Amino acid sequence: MKRTVFPNRWLPYLLVLPQMLVTIVFFFWPAGKSLYLSVFKSPPFGGRDVFIGLDNFVALLTDRDYYDSVLNSFVFAAGVTGLSVVGGLLIAVLANQKIRGLAFYRTALLWPYGIAPAVAGIIFLFIFHPAYGILPYFLSFVTTYEFNWLLKGWVAMALVILATSWTHLGYNIAFFLAGLQAIPTSVMEAANVDGAGPVRKFTAIIVPLISPVTFYLVVVNMVFAFFNSFGVIHAVTHGGPGNATEIMVFKLWKDGFVGLNLGSSAAQSVILMAVVIGLTMLQFRFAEKKVTY
Amino acid sequence: MLPFTSRGLQAVALVVAVVALPGVAVARTEISWWHAMTGALGDAVDAQVKQFNESQNDYEIKPVRKGTYPETLTAAIAAYRQKNPPHIVQVFEVGTQTMMLSGAVYPVWELMRDNEIKIDWNDFIKPVVGYYTKDGKLYSMPYNSSTPIFYYNRDAFKKAGLDPEKPPRTWPEVEAYARKIIAAGGAKCGFSTGWPSWTMVENMHATHDQPFASRHNGFDAVDGVELLINREFGQKHIGALAAWQKDNVYSYGGRQGTADPKFVNGDCAMYIQSSAVISGFSKSIKFDWGTGELPHWGAPYKKATSIIGGATLWVLKGKPAAEYKGVARFLEFLAKPEQQMWWHVNTGYLAISNTAVRNLEQGYHFVKNPKQYTAFAQLTGLPPTPPAAMKDAKKTAPPKPERVTTPNSQGLRLGNFVQIRDIIESELENIFGGKKSVKQGLDEAVAKSNALLKEFAATYRP
Repeated sequence: MKRTVFPNRWLPYLLVLPQMLVTIVFFFWPAGKSLYLSVFKSPPFGGRDVFIGLDNFVALLTDRDYYDSVLNSFVFAAGVTGLSVVGGLLIAVLANQKIRGLAFYRTALLWPYGIAPAVAGIIFLFIFHPAYGILPYFLSFVTTYEFNWLLKGWVAMALVILATSWTHLGYNIAFFLAGLQAIPTSVMEAANVDGAGPVRKFTAIIVPLISPVTFYLVVVNMVFAFFNSFGVIHAVTHGGPGNATEIMVFKLWKDGFVGLNLGSSAAQSVILMAVVIGLTMLQFRFAEKKVTY
Repeated sequence: MLPFTSRGLQAVALVVAVVALPGVAVARTEISWWHAMTGALGDAVDAQVKQFNESQNDYEIKPVRKGTYPETLTAAIAAYRQKNPPHIVQVFEVGTQTMMLSGAVYPVWELMRDNEIKIDWNDFIKPVVGYYTKDGKLYSMPYNSSTPIFYYNRDAFKKAGLDPEKPPRTWPEVEAYARKIIAAGGAKCGFSTGWPSWTMVENMHATHDQPFASRHNGFDAVDGVELLINREFGQKHIGALAAWQKDNVYSYGGRQGTADPKFVNGDCAMYIQSSAVISGFSKSIKFDWGTGELPHWGAPYKKATSIIGGATLWVLKGKPAAEYKGVARFLEFLAKPEQQMWWHVNTGYLAISNTAVRNLEQGYHFVKNPKQYTAFAQLTGLPPTPPAAMKDAKKTAPPKPERVTTPNSQGLRLGNFVQIRDIIESELENIFGGKKSVKQGLDEAVAKSNALLKEFAATYRP
């Protein structure tokens, strides 16, 4: 690899400075503030911050509701990642065929990614809501089964997983398409000559060759599901029924911004940060070994 | 390029004059008001503010919509912590205790006293001002108040052979009517509810004269307050709902107003929701409908008045003293009977001064809009039928109160109340969904809420 040597000692620092500033202002500073707040108890309007050490963390770790939200987060993240990565790959393979109107399909498949999560949530509400959704309305003609996720926790969870996966599908498809197109045609032609069927080609050639893309997407989708899925939950279920769809990021928002318990909310964000850092490190440690670059 | 001509100078002078003119008008002191009123309600706020701004030359109220109630409160807290709060912030009733103890508030009674403005608070409906009063002193200015009432589909009643003029008055009647209506094909479900904790737990305890929490529903102290909703009455009522949920006599429809469509599109024949939705329902409902009072379980429980919901205006500390004069004048303006009447007629929220209510009666408002009377009757304890026109009223004896006002029906003053409501509603969902038994769910709601109440007391202990 070629090493770039700058003539001036300070120039490289100057060049990375803007990026460093952005990182410090928008990442380290708020993260530091969260760490600070997480060891205090303070009334909402301030004025009396009391240092309480790790009490906020202890309270969380002895609260069954918090474990429920952690469990919900993992179920949710696994569901979203599984569905949107596998679904994205399947659709990308289909969109990689030589068919008429290809350009249109490829563009159309990206559209859901352009929709804000909250708006996607509203769209899903209009389709699925037991009181005014179009789907339960049509279902009521053919079956007496009541599609009532307002009271059935697992149905609600399935619904938010579906909605969130849908918003992220376009992103995954774009990356998979790029990955698929980078597969050398010579390899595919050789497989054809050897008489490999479409399934064999998919499992023996496509999957290993796009594994770096898959790995990247799994990490990104996981982080996305943990951090960025607030909009859908907020719009569709608000964490209910009971606490069935209350994932960590929703609970910390609710406790902080609705419940005005800033200390606990900060402690939760510190834990969430640790969980996501840990998960990402694990993935790099173990999954990356199986990735062929 | 031309040098400056006298004409050019004139033009410049003109521009300067035009730019400076509004500057003269801005000598008015600006008073900022953060609120959470959306849609038609937001328009009503703007219209009311315009009336005030045009009524005098010293102050200009600047209303700013800050999102939902929690968002508005969070924004005000952040602004207060940055030492740049709005003068006035609208806070929902569940935030009352947090505001009272915040140390950030300029209480309304003090504000009025300091500015030598006299308002006869005794003229205001007790259950409304009582909610925001501590030691006989009013802390925030009631703005938009409502109370839950009963809605029913008269067409569905007719279809089931029920008298469309007579809404059920007891819970057993509600059940019997629901079964009749479902059997007759008048609707798919009997009734649904909005704001589950507010209508089915808080108000049911109040109207049956049952304590919701200890220490006089939290009015007497911050320390040692505990919920009491898992006792005999709470179990009886929630148990009935859970049983009815199984055969569609009751159909749970989510929190806040998400169940509204169930009634509006005719799925459920009866509904319990805030009186503030009357005007919205009038526009969107296609069938014939009416209102009634909240159903009651009958003896041995007393029949008491209901409690309110909605929001009040809190004045925040941290502004130059002179500006508070304008705040006081604005609140005085809002307390006027004409404004109370205007607000009621234009939004459906309650007019809360007795003078305003009397004026509305004299103007035949309630005779023309009997649905709007239900909430007043329920809050004041009077019979639910609007009094006939005032000229006839002299011939008959004044109506006898049907409901008593008791300490249990005064309101609720709990810390962390927003979360407590959330906990209660979560557990109700667990109960209605069959995940927990009635007792289990209510016990859990009480245990979790008590932990929050304890934590709240610890945060504010001197």
